[in-house]
Amino acid sequence: MSVLLRTEGVHKSYGGVRALDTCTIEVGEGTVAGLIGPNGSGKTTLFNVITGYAKADAGQVYLADRRITNIAPDKVFALGIGRTFQLTRIFPSLTVMENMLVASQHSRSGARKRAMEQLEFVGIAGYHASLAGTLSYGQRKLLELAYVLVADPTIVLLDEPAGGVNLSLVNQIAARIRELNAAGKTFLIVEHNMEFVMGLCHQVTVLDSGTVVATGPPDIVRTDRRVLDAYLGEDIEEAEEDSGEADDGASQ
Amino acid sequence: MASPKILSRFSGLTGLRLAGIVVLLAGALAFPVLFPNPVLTNYGVFALIFVAVASAWNFFSGFSGYISLGNAVFFGSGAYALGIAARDWHVTGIGVFALLPLSAAVGALIAVPFGLIALRVRRHTFIVITIAVFFIFQLMAYNFSFTGGTTGLDAPFLPWAAQTYNNPFYYIALGCAVGAIVLSWLIRRSRFGLQLRAIRDDEDRARGLGVRAMRVKLSAFVLSGAVTGLVGGVWFFYLTQVQPPSGFDPLFDLSVVLMAFLGGLGTVSGPVLGALIIEPGQLYLTANTNGYISEILLGSLFLVAVLLMPRGIIPTGGEYIRRLTTRGRAAIPAAVPASQRAPASPGLRSDEGATREGDAGEGEGEAGGARRQAGKAL
Repeated sequence: MSVLLRTEGVHKSYGGVRALDTCTIEVGEGTVAGLIGPNGSGKTTLFNVITGYAKADAGQVYLADRRITNIAPDKVFALGIGRTFQLTRIFPSLTVMENMLVASQHSRSGARKRAMEQLEFVGIAGYHASLAGTLSYGQRKLLELAYVLVADPTIVLLDEPAGGVNLSLVNQIAARIRELNAAGKTFLIVEHNMEFVMGLCHQVTVLDSGTVVATGPPDIVRTDRRVLDAYLGEDIEEAEEDSGEADDGASQ
Repeated sequence: MASPKILSRFSGLTGLRLAGIVVLLAGALAFPVLFPNPVLTNYGVFALIFVAVASAWNFFSGFSGYISLGNAVFFGSGAYALGIAARDWHVTGIGVFALLPLSAAVGALIAVPFGLIALRVRRHTFIVITIAVFFIFQLMAYNFSFTGGTTGLDAPFLPWAAQTYNNPFYYIALGCAVGAIVLSWLIRRSRFGLQLRAIRDDEDRARGLGVRAMRVKLSAFVLSGAVTGLVGGVWFFYLTQVQPPSGFDPLFDLSVVLMAFLGGLGTVSGPVLGALIIEPGQLYLTANTNGYISEILLGSLFLVAVLLMPRGIIPTGGEYIRRLTTRGRAAIPAAVPASQRAPASPGLRSDEGATREGDAGEGEGEAGGARRQAGKAL
C-alpha cells in the first residue's frame, strides 16, 4: 500500500500558542484513516495546513510524491484534496444544485448530470432546486459531502462528519464513506464519535497538544495508555486508585 | 439564423417574460417618438445612463458582495479620457463617437491596478479603499494640467438641431443600457457568475472548492470598469463638459448603490428598476425644488429601502407573489423517500426518531462531548 498523503514535522503556532509540533502523519492510498484527539489538540489546524487554509511555520506536506506545502486552497483542491468543515460551510443564497456546480470541474451538461448523481447518492436530490440556506443542519452535512465528492478528489478530508447530527444520519454518512472507500476513495476523518471512528477507520492517529502520540489499527490505539491519558487528562490507574479509595471510604 | 447554442442560452426565459422584455424594448425605442419634448428625452437619456452604470456596478458588487464606492473613478476617467483625446488629437464633429471604445479601455485599464490593490481586502476595508482611490482621482483631476484643472474639459461641438439634439444620445444610451443588462444576465447565468455569488456567500470556502477568487473578482471588476468608463464617455459628450466635481462626484456612487439596493442587489432587473425610479425622480426634484430637497429625499429613500425592504423591490415582490401562488402547498419538496435512505451500518446503533434531522445545533462540534465520548467509547 503506497502513502497518498503525508505530513513531515509540521509546526504551526498562533502567537504564543503552539497548535502543531513536529506533526508527522501518513495516510495510505485507498484507506479510511482517522485523526482523533482531545479538543485543541490540533486536528483542524492540521487539516487547515494540508488544505492551504493555514501556512505551516515549518515542515512539509506531500500528496503522493508531490510537495504541496503552503499552496493556495484552490490549487490544493485542483490537485485532488477535497475537505469538509467542522461547522458546515455551504453557500446559503445559492440553490443546492448551484452549490454542487461551484465545485464541479466538468462541462456544463456533464456537471449537472454528475451533480445530480451525487445528490442522489447522499439522498438529497429532492432538494436540488431549494436554497441551500433552507436545509437542516444534517442535510447541509450531506450537501457538503456531496459537493466535495462531485469533483472526484483523490482524497477526502472530513472534519467531524458525524458532529451534531442524529444517529440515523451518522449511519447514512458512514455507509456512504464505506461505499466510496470500497470503490477506491481515500479518506482522512477527524471525529469525536469513537463508535464512528473505530467502526470505520483502518488506521487511527491520535494527536495531543499538536503532536502525534499514537498511530495504528483502532483496536490497538483504543487501549494505548498514552491515548487514554490524552483523552482523560490524568493517569488512569491513579484515577482508578483514587476512585477505589473513595469507594472504600464511602463503604466504611 | 441563430445557432442552437445561442437559443439554448436564452431558453431560461419563459414566454411571458420574453414577451414583457420585447414590449419594454419596443416602448423604449418608441419613447423619443412618442414624447419628443427635449425635457422628457433628457430624463430618458439620464435614466438609461444610470441603468447602464447601475447594472455594471451590480454585476461586480451585487454578485460578489464587494460593495464599491469608487466606480465614479471609471466614470470620470472615461469622460476625461475622451476629453483629452478629442482635444489633443483634434477630433471634431460626430467623429468623436469613434473614440468611445477608448473610454471603455481606460476604465478597464484603471480597474486592473485598482482591483489588484483593493481586492486583497474585504468588507468595510474594501469600501474604505475604494473611497480613498476615488478621492485620489478627484484630486488628480483638480491638480493636473492635462485635465484642465478646476475648469475641466469641453467636448467638441456637435452641429445638431436643439429640438432633436437628445435623440441620438438617447439611442446610444439605450444601446449601452441594453448591452449592460445583457452582459449582467449572461454573467448571472454563467459559471463565472456562479463563482462570483459563491464568493459573496463564503469566499474562503469557494477557494477551497477550486474557485480562483482573485482572478474571478478582478475580471468582474475590470468588466464593470469598462462599461462604466464607456458610459462616462457618452455622458461627457452629452453634457459637453466635465469638471472634477461632476466627473468624480461622490453622489454618483451613492446613487448607484441606492438604485441597486432599492431594486434588488444581486439581481439583473433590480438595478434597472432602481435606476428608472431614482434618476428621473432626482432630476424632477432638482429641477422643481431647491437642490438640497432631492438629496434629503435620496438619503431618506435609502433609509426606508434598507429598513423596510433590505432585499429590494424585485426579490421582496417576487417572494410575495410566490407566497400568493404557493399558498397551501409545500414550498420545500417532501422529505427523501425511505427507499432512498441508507440502511443502518453494521456496528452502529440506529436510533431513528430519537432526534429530528437537523435538530442538533451547530454548537456540538468540537466543544461537544469529546471527553464524554472518550470515556464512553474508549
